[in-house]
Amino acid sequence: MELLLAGAIAVLLGTGTYLALRPRSFDVVLGITLMSYAVNLFIFAAGRVVAGRAPIVDGAADGLADPLPQALVLTAIVIGFAMTALLLVLALRARQACGTDHVDGDEEPQ
Amino acid sequence: MNHAPVLPIVIPALAAALMLLDRRVAVQRALAWGSLLLLVLAAGWLLAATSHGWRGIYLVGNWAAPWGVVLVADRLSALMVAVTTLLAGLALAASRTGWDTRGQHFHPLLQIQLMGLNGAFLTGDLFNLFVFFEVLLIASYGLLVHGDGRERMVAGLRFVTLNLLGSSLFLVAAAILYGVTGTLNLADLSLRLASGDVAASALARAGAWLLLVVFCLKAAILPLSAWLPGTYGAASAPVLVLFAVMTKVGLYAILRVFTLSFGNESGPLAGAAFPWIAAFGAASFAAATTCALAGVDLRRLTSMLVIASAGLLLIGIGLATPATVAAALYYLVHTTFSAAAMFLVVDLVSRTRGSALDRLDATASARQPALVGGLFLVAAAAMAGLPPFGGFIGKAMLLQATLPASGAGAGSAGWIWAAVFAGSLFGLLALSRAGSTLFWKSEGDFAAADAGSGATHGNLRATEAGSPAEPLQARDWAPVVVVLGLVAAVSVGAAPLQRYVQAAAEDLLQPAALIDATLRTRPMPGPHTPAPETRR
Repeated sequence: MELLLAGAIAVLLGTGTYLALRPRSFDVVLGITLMSYAVNLFIFAAGRVVAGRAPIVDGAADGLADPLPQALVLTAIVIGFAMTALLLVLALRARQACGTDHVDGDEEPQ
Repeated sequence: MNHAPVLPIVIPALAAALMLLDRRVAVQRALAWGSLLLLVLAAGWLLAATSHGWRGIYLVGNWAAPWGVVLVADRLSALMVAVTTLLAGLALAASRTGWDTRGQHFHPLLQIQLMGLNGAFLTGDLFNLFVFFEVLLIASYGLLVHGDGRERMVAGLRFVTLNLLGSSLFLVAAAILYGVTGTLNLADLSLRLASGDVAASALARAGAWLLLVVFCLKAAILPLSAWLPGTYGAASAPVLVLFAVMTKVGLYAILRVFTLSFGNESGPLAGAAFPWIAAFGAASFAAATTCALAGVDLRRLTSMLVIASAGLLLIGIGLATPATVAAALYYLVHTTFSAAAMFLVVDLVSRTRGSALDRLDATASARQPALVGGLFLVAAAAMAGLPPFGGFIGKAMLLQATLPASGAGAGSAGWIWAAVFAGSLFGLLALSRAGSTLFWKSEGDFAAADAGSGATHGNLRATEAGSPAEPLQARDWAPVVVVLGLVAAVSVGAAPLQRYVQAAAEDLLQPAALIDATLRTRPMPGPHTPAPETRR
């Protein structure tokens, strides 16, 4: 379980880094999105990997999942979602203003 | 409970919400000035209260400290809130020239940025610090592209991408620290790290270094400073006034987190980062002032000097003695105001030279060379740190504090003196060269420059600069005079300000009292308050 989670985070982060380094703005947006998924999973894992437990103190159950990372992930998801939307709008405006989706706003290498 | 610590966050949040109800600029301006007045009162209250050593611990959800989010107002927080409030007033005054009508939502965005800045200065919780960073960044994205145009969109795209990467790193660091210690409260973090075993402290160290990288990115320290000139080169003048404090947020975060959470009380991690902080600061100061020599226009030159000032502040923070930190805090106040003055002067230069804008060539002289040149002279002297301005006093305080005789930082004085003197000389040279090119060597008038180079340089900022035939009016140059007055006040009022920052620096380097006050504050009793809990 831990290995699977760590592997998923690694693949997401690696793919995201590769895409974020590409020169097209849409690839960059996708890359940032994948990286934020990786980060969200990482925060989730910071509360230890616990399966089948409620994130609440329950006298009957023999343990609980840490609720705080879940709250943090929720905040991070909301912020990341808003940022991605803003980044997409900016990328579209830059594409309109420059006539190209190159992140330098110019096709020619400077 | 004293509600003063929460006011600087609540006032701009409410003002921004009210502004969205009525989009007329006149109404928004009135609300903005009203909000500013209340903020000045709140900041004054905080300054007056903290100057006697009071620490405002505010339990936001009425939960005791390690469980709920807590706001902490001490001397440093109050000082930063006061500086931000004054800059906000200057940005509002500078936007009176019509900037706030060149696009929508200038005033609400400004208020939200103020809320984020004040929140970042007042919070005592690591994740809450992240949230307030995001609040101020979201507003700054909007303000950066305010006015529209190709240059701003490309700069905005890069700035947002870079800060999203920075935010991801911040989250990873916060998650690591939470995973290791089980707390996000900055004060509690310090105690947990002190009692943690060595196996945990390797991971904790990784978290600490990641946080340092994130804060250095925000503060534009040398390897992570390449974003700043392009971003600041595209923003409009009133926005730049407020951006003068943006890099200081990163420096504040370094100072707060690395003195409180990873400070003297936190066992194996205590002070581990400080030598690196000082070395990167010195390298950043020397390199950025050298780059300023190669500046092609006044705006980029000023941006490089802003990076340089952040580097100088980092030297003071990294040496981590009360005297050096006090020198850094004094210099911080001075350099924030003088950078704002310089950015406003750059705007005046751009507007009076036709399409030559602020390029450093002699093709056009300013329309009102005496007025613009005089303001440039004073602002440049302040920026370069010449006496009688505060920059000189701040650097002298820093150099004096590194003398072997003072006991602190012995052995490191040599390379710090070399970096500070070389950097200051280069900064002075860059500014003198810019001034003599712009105001002495320039031959053609602005009309000739328009005829000669108007076609190639007829870009966005040239059209925004307006017709150079219109002479500058009082409302154009009055904000510069006001901010230069503030710079002079920092210099004239050096003694009381120095006493204040000295006390603030001593508080920072002795975090035990703050940790104790944070964790001992009990919730207000109420009908739904749970019974007082004992600590874990």
